[in-house]
Amino acid sequence: MIPSAFDYRRASSVEEALSLLQSTEDAKFVAGGHSLLPLMKMRFASPGMLIDIRSIQELQSIRRDGNRVVIGALCTHRHIANDETIVQALPALAEAAGRVGDLQVRNRGTIGGNLAHADPASDLPALALLYGATIHAEGPDGPEDYPVEEFFLGPMTTALRPTQLLRSVSFPVPDRGSEVYEKFAHPASGYAVVGVAAWVATDAGGIIQDIRVALNGVGYCAYRATSVEQALFGREATEELLEKASHLATEEVEVLEDVFASENYRRHVAAVFTRRAIRRALDKATR
Amino acid sequence: MAGKALKRMVKLDVNGTCYERELEPRDLLVHVLRDELGLTGTHIGCDTSQCGACTVLVDGEAVKSCTMLAVQAEGCSVTTVEGLGKMGALHPIQEGFWEEHGLQCGFCTPGVMMAAVGLLAQYREPTEEQIREGLEGVMCRCTGYQNIVRAVANAAERIKATESAEIQAAVAHVGERS
Repeated sequence: MIPSAFDYRRASSVEEALSLLQSTEDAKFVAGGHSLLPLMKMRFASPGMLIDIRSIQELQSIRRDGNRVVIGALCTHRHIANDETIVQALPALAEAAGRVGDLQVRNRGTIGGNLAHADPASDLPALALLYGATIHAEGPDGPEDYPVEEFFLGPMTTALRPTQLLRSVSFPVPDRGSEVYEKFAHPASGYAVVGVAAWVATDAGGIIQDIRVALNGVGYCAYRATSVEQALFGREATEELLEKASHLATEEVEVLEDVFASENYRRHVAAVFTRRAIRRALDKATR
Repeated sequence: MAGKALKRMVKLDVNGTCYERELEPRDLLVHVLRDELGLTGTHIGCDTSQCGACTVLVDGEAVKSCTMLAVQAEGCSVTTVEGLGKMGALHPIQEGFWEEHGLQCGFCTPGVMMAAVGLLAQYREPTEEQIREGLEGVMCRCTGYQNIVRAVANAAERIKATESAEIQAAVAHVGERS
């Protein structure tokens, strides 16, 4: 499969990237290309120009800034999965990044591309929701920040404007509790049939003081399973309660259906993986 | 937009040789390797970045060449299966596949070996789990993967043995001088 014809430029700075973007009507940014190129090969996307931002140095770093970790848009999944700061401060993000696609995909794919593309089945949007990340964009009118709750609007649709570049994502570091990511991956593509990110903080008596659960692969975009959170908040997670609460994981969404997983099957897997994720987060918390 | 107008000269470093070709931005790396440079060892399997048959190394990292534009590889160093070893002087991964019979039909083999080389650059002494995880992105419909995993472990041992022999030789050399 061959994409339709397009022009190609490389940008070496954010300013250059933005001015190239303004110079053409239907230009797109490309870095790893692992979300965009497959769409272009199938001709679902046919941009007139690709602006390659991969060599922009300032977008390649991961740094700790007080109680946040700021990750440049061009950091690859492999980089994120193995970065010591992230492994320590945001362990579920490291876990999820290490399970994106496969080795080759993790070598090329970037966090910025992943979030901007907003594939319902990709892993990192759920992690951004779990941690309450902020997406930092840059446009002709200057910088703009998007809280993650306002970022994902639908399948392959975000609040990012066509004139903006996603430059970094910052994640607040939780000061308590523990978090995990559980995933049932499609065996060929590595995309999530169901992915569940869970963060739980309990008191000494095992009462849940705070909980967040976010799913991907299930609905039209990643979402917080607030019904699950509410069912468990302030209570002790007995097996019985956890089982009951996990079945609320698909309460608020229209569940996707495809050749690999019917709606009912996906609903069932979502409940099972929600239970597993919360259980593992709890076990981690009490260790 | 006329493709012809978008053609440009692109310099590619493949297996240590510099090639210059007139390419369109939309030309995929795998097509350029096979059709322009005649390096047909890199196979096209699914063409949807799932099967890994087209895996090559770009700056030492395993990459699916069906999901990379050739223009994106300009300025990078690309290694294909042809760049691994030669008859009589095989790369340790090729020796490993030979020794452990890591293939049957052979279609996936170039991609699997390139993914394995990328994996061995990351882990010097990989566990079986790390090998299996590193091979997630390549699909083999014949072997059931058992012999592939043995082949990669065999290669890891060969690389380690070669390195320690080199270190011993260097130590001996220093000893002779002193």
